[in-house]
Amino acid sequence: MAKNQVRPSALPKWQDCEFGNILPYAGGAKEYKTGDWRTDRPIVDASKCIKCGMCWLMCPDACIVQTEGGTYDANLFYCKGCGICAQICPKDAITMVEEGA
Amino acid sequence: MSKRVPLEGSFATAEAARMADVDVIAAYPITPQSHIIERMSEFVHNGELKAAFVPVESEHSAMSACWGASGAGARTYTATASQGFFLMHEVLYFVAGMRLPVVMAVSNRAVGPPANIWGDYSDAMSASYTGWLQVFAANNQEIFDFTLSAFRIAEDPRVLLPFMIHMDGFTLSHVVEAVFLPEQEEVDAFLPPYKHPYAYNPDNPCCYGSVMSPATYGELKKAQDVHVRGTIPVIKEIWKEFGDRFGRYYKPIDSYKAEGAKTLLMVAGGLSETAKIAVDKRREQGESVGLLTLHLWRPFPFEDLYKAVEGAENLVVFDRAPTLGGPTGPIIGEMKAALFGVRNDLRVAGILGAFCGRNLEVTEFEEVIDRGNAICERGSQEMVETVGIRG
Repeated sequence: MAKNQVRPSALPKWQDCEFGNILPYAGGAKEYKTGDWRTDRPIVDASKCIKCGMCWLMCPDACIVQTEGGTYDANLFYCKGCGICAQICPKDAITMVEEGA
Repeated sequence: MSKRVPLEGSFATAEAARMADVDVIAAYPITPQSHIIERMSEFVHNGELKAAFVPVESEHSAMSACWGASGAGARTYTATASQGFFLMHEVLYFVAGMRLPVVMAVSNRAVGPPANIWGDYSDAMSASYTGWLQVFAANNQEIFDFTLSAFRIAEDPRVLLPFMIHMDGFTLSHVVEAVFLPEQEEVDAFLPPYKHPYAYNPDNPCCYGSVMSPATYGELKKAQDVHVRGTIPVIKEIWKEFGDRFGRYYKPIDSYKAEGAKTLLMVAGGLSETAKIAVDKRREQGESVGLLTLHLWRPFPFEDLYKAVEGAENLVVFDRAPTLGGPTGPIIGEMKAALFGVRNDLRVAGILGAFCGRNLEVTEFEEVIDRGNAICERGSQEMVETVGIRG
């Protein structure tokens, strides 16, 4: 299990649980790193990219971001490695590479 | 000053919801609940109640709409029965877990197959572990009183949990009885406005119903369980205040001619009134028998049970829901579990019957007393004993 998921000192006792499991603030998912669920990582070859934006459109999360040059890259903090961007790219500019390989 | 009016059970709960000035009703019609929501719909249409009536496409949507409305801070009411109750089942857990004080009347009805419309507690008993507070009403006055007090209990800041009022389909829902109705000012003095501490508000966004991993789910469920169990003193306190204001007092378990009784019969719901006549008859014949009417089903009234059975030798529990393949009936099983290790000297027998609106007459309740005593004293080879079933 990844380090950020279990922090024994921070886990609440039942007496400390929030009322109705309601967190009195919004946007908590922003801090939640889902990138470590990934087994394959997308690698973008910017020289092949034609800036069509299909990867940005099809990403089921919102991990694909446009770079200053207008090409696209993945935000690996959130990217779960589904590979849809690589599948949809009409120029095969994205390849999935195994993590740790 | 109260007035006495003839009302069927359906109109009694609807009248209580109207006097509670509910803000939102989201419901789908199903026999034998239809009269309740038809009445609510009339109230809204005629301008007698200023509320939003949401005519949804299913019971799953009905309870989902109640969830949203209650979460937004609206006093919310609905009603259902049987198959419709099962369709909303998933959402019942969410409304309870999110601490939303939705009040719902259930016109209890058997579950198919065989296709049916008549009353028993098959629907009620399926919700025993949803986290809802639950009472069984024995007559139309109780339906009104339990519905009205349900809003006050459910919305109490120390409670904030949904509340279900079980009322027998047809035998209460469609039968006219005299019901005392309070004045509107008396109701308003009893029922303060509803306020949820985290009502949905774009200016104060919160995270509702977030995902919990194995590392935290158990702690949340334990916190929820302790909270539900801990509401009994508040329920009693509010029923006491209700009694002081309106003159009718309620207890989790009602005792009738139970003092010093050797045998106690326990019945929930409307049939307890028939059982009362059987107890009267047997008392006249000199038999030492009393009646316990089970009102509060959730949270389970352990302490009240122990007090109610003090001094008794036999407890005969009557159940109205088949538990296919399980150990005896749901109320019988829970009574045995609650008493085991606490009152091992008390012999407990269970008998099931009156399924799907089958009437149980006074003579049959006498049979329940006799057979119950026999099972208590001589034991039984049967895991499930029934009354009134041919064969």
